Amino acid sequence: MLLFSTVNIMAQDEGNPLSENSQVCARCHGNKYYTFHNEVTGTEVRKRMNPYLLIDTVKYTQATHSFFSCDDCHSPDYAVYPHASNLKLDPKPSCIDCHGGDESFAKYQFDDIDVEVQNSVHKIAHGEQFKCEMCHDLHSYRLVARNENSKIKDIVVQDNQMCLSCHNNLTKYQILTDNQKPEILATHDWLPNQELHFLNVRCIECHTPITDTLMVSHKILPKEQAVHLCSDCHSTNSILRSKLYKYTVMESRTDQGYYNSVILNEAYVIGANRNKYLNILSLAIFGLTLLGISIHTITRIINKK
Amino acid sequence: MSNQGLYLYPVWLRIWHGVNALGIILLIFTGISMQYGNIDYPLLPFKVSVMIHNISGIVVSIGYVVFAIANHFSNNAKQYVPNYKGFGQRIMKQTTYYVFGYFKGEPKPFPITKDNKFNPLQRLSYITVMYIFVPLIVFTGVGLLYPELIFSKIFNMGGVQFIAVLHAIAGFFISLFLIIHLYVASIGKHPLKNYSSIITGYHSTEDH
Repeated sequence: MLLFSTVNIMAQDEGNPLSENSQVCARCHGNKYYTFHNEVTGTEVRKRMNPYLLIDTVKYTQATHSFFSCDDCHSPDYAVYPHASNLKLDPKPSCIDCHGGDESFAKYQFDDIDVEVQNSVHKIAHGEQFKCEMCHDLHSYRLVARNENSKIKDIVVQDNQMCLSCHNNLTKYQILTDNQKPEILATHDWLPNQELHFLNVRCIECHTPITDTLMVSHKILPKEQAVHLCSDCHSTNSILRSKLYKYTVMESRTDQGYYNSVILNEAYVIGANRNKYLNILSLAIFGLTLLGISIHTITRIINKK
Repeated sequence: MSNQGLYLYPVWLRIWHGVNALGIILLIFTGISMQYGNIDYPLLPFKVSVMIHNISGIVVSIGYVVFAIANHFSNNAKQYVPNYKGFGQRIMKQTTYYVFGYFKGEPKPFPITKDNKFNPLQRLSYITVMYIFVPLIVFTGVGLLYPELIFSKIFNMGGVQFIAVLHAIAGFFISLFLIIHLYVASIGKHPLKNYSSIITGYHSTEDH
């Protein structure tokens, strides 16, 4: 497990160069255009790569899975071109095939995540068509959360990009459905300071339930069940403590109940932010003022008699 | 001088004072409701607090600009100019009066005249509030209303966070001022006399 973790961290921080086998694949799949020798016509042919089969090799070498070679997941027979048509019939490994039931990945709770995904609105609507990689691009996914070098904003950007990759992209959206794509800005026009919210919190803060056991709930709720009440976040017991700030909150749990102080570091959530020292100072000044007024009032009353 | 007393507060000043007072009371109440919001025991629903706070904030801000302009073009501005020479001693003298002299029935050390409406303590607190804390809360409030105007980072702290803390500090001192202001206004021959002055415009020469 230690070895695996070390490999993972290295992959995250420094990335891994493409393996020799992967470099062969990347000659075509790493470029928008590829060239091959057509043995039938005896000519060199230049063709456009199917955008869905194009791999960004820069992102790949920096991704969490960069230590894998292509043929670790795909059949080694793909090394031959033209690829044999029956290779398409090979079942592709799913995330849970590697991550499920494995103690090495216990802290990521993949099995619990899988249960939540099965109950999420996407899976219910699209069944087996909806796969992990539709949100978590296997060839570029990086671990931003649970990474001490990451900032909350980085997590927000990465997570929201996952949702927007379909919900703000008609072509990808229509891979799964013929329904009309709702316009995000229009459906959220009730939300004040829309831009500020979109930049500072994740879609899932409102579109998933609070979970005590998982770091990030994967049960995307139907839109009718999404959070609409401002005070769910803007209050002393803000749900953001159980969501976006959960990790940092867990680390600073000892601070006399002032969980919300962690939110002070990077963002401001009216109602959830408190500064312990300012609170004490303001109460002391306020108390002394009232004490002074009370003494003066009492003296006035006594003096009048 | 009329038989009602000194005419100290012209109509524009009284209208501004009334609007400002109502606005600030609403701002303090809704501000506390938002800052110390608890989903189980909300003073006011968050959405309602935000709406009232925004509207009151805009009204008080416009009022401040009106006050600054009207003050500039009337004699009222000079009431806010301190005479630095001996200012500290005069403040001590007024404080001593409020703490001891007032109870002994001593005469007021700085009787109110048309040219000198404020005693030294009033002058100090009004200058501090009207020329430091109110502009600070107006500027930071505009920043919070339009967060895109705020630098994303100030002193290695989130810009909105920094501005919000300044806004809350200014709000706290203005709340404190309001409490003291309301109490000191009750010091006079009759506790309600000064309150009626800011409504009628006439100040009884015997009070405060």
